[in-house]
Amino acid sequence: MKETRTGTDETRRGADGTRRDNPVERPGADGARGQVCVRCTVNGEAVVLQAYPLARLLDVLRENLKLTGTKEGCGEGECGACSVILDGELVNSCLVPFVQVEGALIKTVEGVADGERLHAVQQALIECGGAQCGICTPGMVLAAVSLLERNPRPTEADIREGLAGNLCRCTGYMKIFGAVVRATEERMKMEG
Amino acid sequence: MRAYLPAYELVVPRTLGDALAMLRDEPGVWRPFAGGTDLMVLLEAGKLEHRKFFSVRHLAELRGIEEAGGYVTIGTLTTYTEVRRSPLLAREFPLLVRAASETGGVAIQNRGTLGGNIANASPAADSPPALLAYGAEIELISAGGSRWVAYADFHTGYKQTVMRADEMIARVRLPHPRVEARHFYRKVGTRRAQAISKVCFAGLVETDGGVISEVRIALGSVAPVVLRCRRTEELLRGRMLDAELVGAALEEIAREIAPIDDVRSTAGYRTRVVRNLLAEFLTSSF
Repeated sequence: MKETRTGTDETRRGADGTRRDNPVERPGADGARGQVCVRCTVNGEAVVLQAYPLARLLDVLRENLKLTGTKEGCGEGECGACSVILDGELVNSCLVPFVQVEGALIKTVEGVADGERLHAVQQALIECGGAQCGICTPGMVLAAVSLLERNPRPTEADIREGLAGNLCRCTGYMKIFGAVVRATEERMKMEG
Repeated sequence: MRAYLPAYELVVPRTLGDALAMLRDEPGVWRPFAGGTDLMVLLEAGKLEHRKFFSVRHLAELRGIEEAGGYVTIGTLTTYTEVRRSPLLAREFPLLVRAASETGGVAIQNRGTLGGNIANASPAADSPPALLAYGAEIELISAGGSRWVAYADFHTGYKQTVMRADEMIARVRLPHPRVEARHFYRKVGTRRAQAISKVCFAGLVETDGGVISEVRIALGSVAPVVLRCRRTEELLRGRMLDAELVGAALEEIAREIAPIDDVRSTAGYRTRVVRNLLAEFLTSSF
């Protein structure tokens, strides 16, 4: 394979991830100059992560932690596919710079179920046919979970507003809204 | 084309004093970085020209909503979500709460800040028309002290402001509006959530026996800056509202705005929407 000395970090690396060119630009065995370490808690587990300060939380979750449930859609905060819950609030992880998650509590779609037991929102999405291609689904799950955490008995209007930042190109939304209604009812039943 | 991350810095000053010292020692080199909802979009698109930033999100002095001395004062880091949840703002400044509710979706509202919306200086931003209508003032702080400037004087041209390179926005304050005032806010975009405005209208009017005693009209997305329509206000102030006056006001506001054709709309459509919204504002106010 042809190599280039002027390419990006990725093109300077071989398939095994080892560096293939002069190491001047990337001194130190532990990573690149300018990267920083951040401590945070992801899905209940304390982690120490290293990345560039402006790296997107989305990329750090997917690449450093291999939590690939969080999807990239638009990369500009319009579609909600990359939604995660950061310190109790729904955010677009594509718009969160890594250095700002120091000390934060992060929940991704991998942390929504309780072991093998799905969250009411996840179960309802399956039962109501609320997922088709699945790319928007992790973001929809987090948006719905976040809504129910703040507002356990949302109205139809509350649900539409709570999910307004999450785009779906398959379902036409009605089955997703229906799933959130069902999840709300199931949780109310469980609470008696 | 994605940005090359090693070329950028985002440092975390320990205190607000440390942040202001960075601005003083290297003015123009460092810029504040709040919720990232504008800057991260530019970064990902490879269009973030400035390279060195300091994060301000952790600085508690820049948060909070307080009422004192005839003003409600809002910290620059106040998010749209915090604006929406404030009973004080809902009671006194409903236009600002409406603007916050119609900006982005929940996830954007949780991160986007009032100060960031002002500093980004987009003429299409949704909270500035409300701030203009309410006569907001902006506190600019530096290592040398602080100064309040009228928001009406803050923007000097497209993405240009009176803020010096060693200054940053600390707070916004709004004088209590008279309780008789009626408030009118309309954002017109492609869809209800997540859309950037084609036109954004904030109006405030007080009447006394059918006569307009005070009126303020501010518009977004129809000029290089967020626009206070002073000539139209002048035409309306002190006059009895009738069909003739409404007609004259629609002609005046069409002359006062300077909309353009761009990716989101056309000048012609924007002018028509502005006229329709002004008519709705005036006729619904009586």
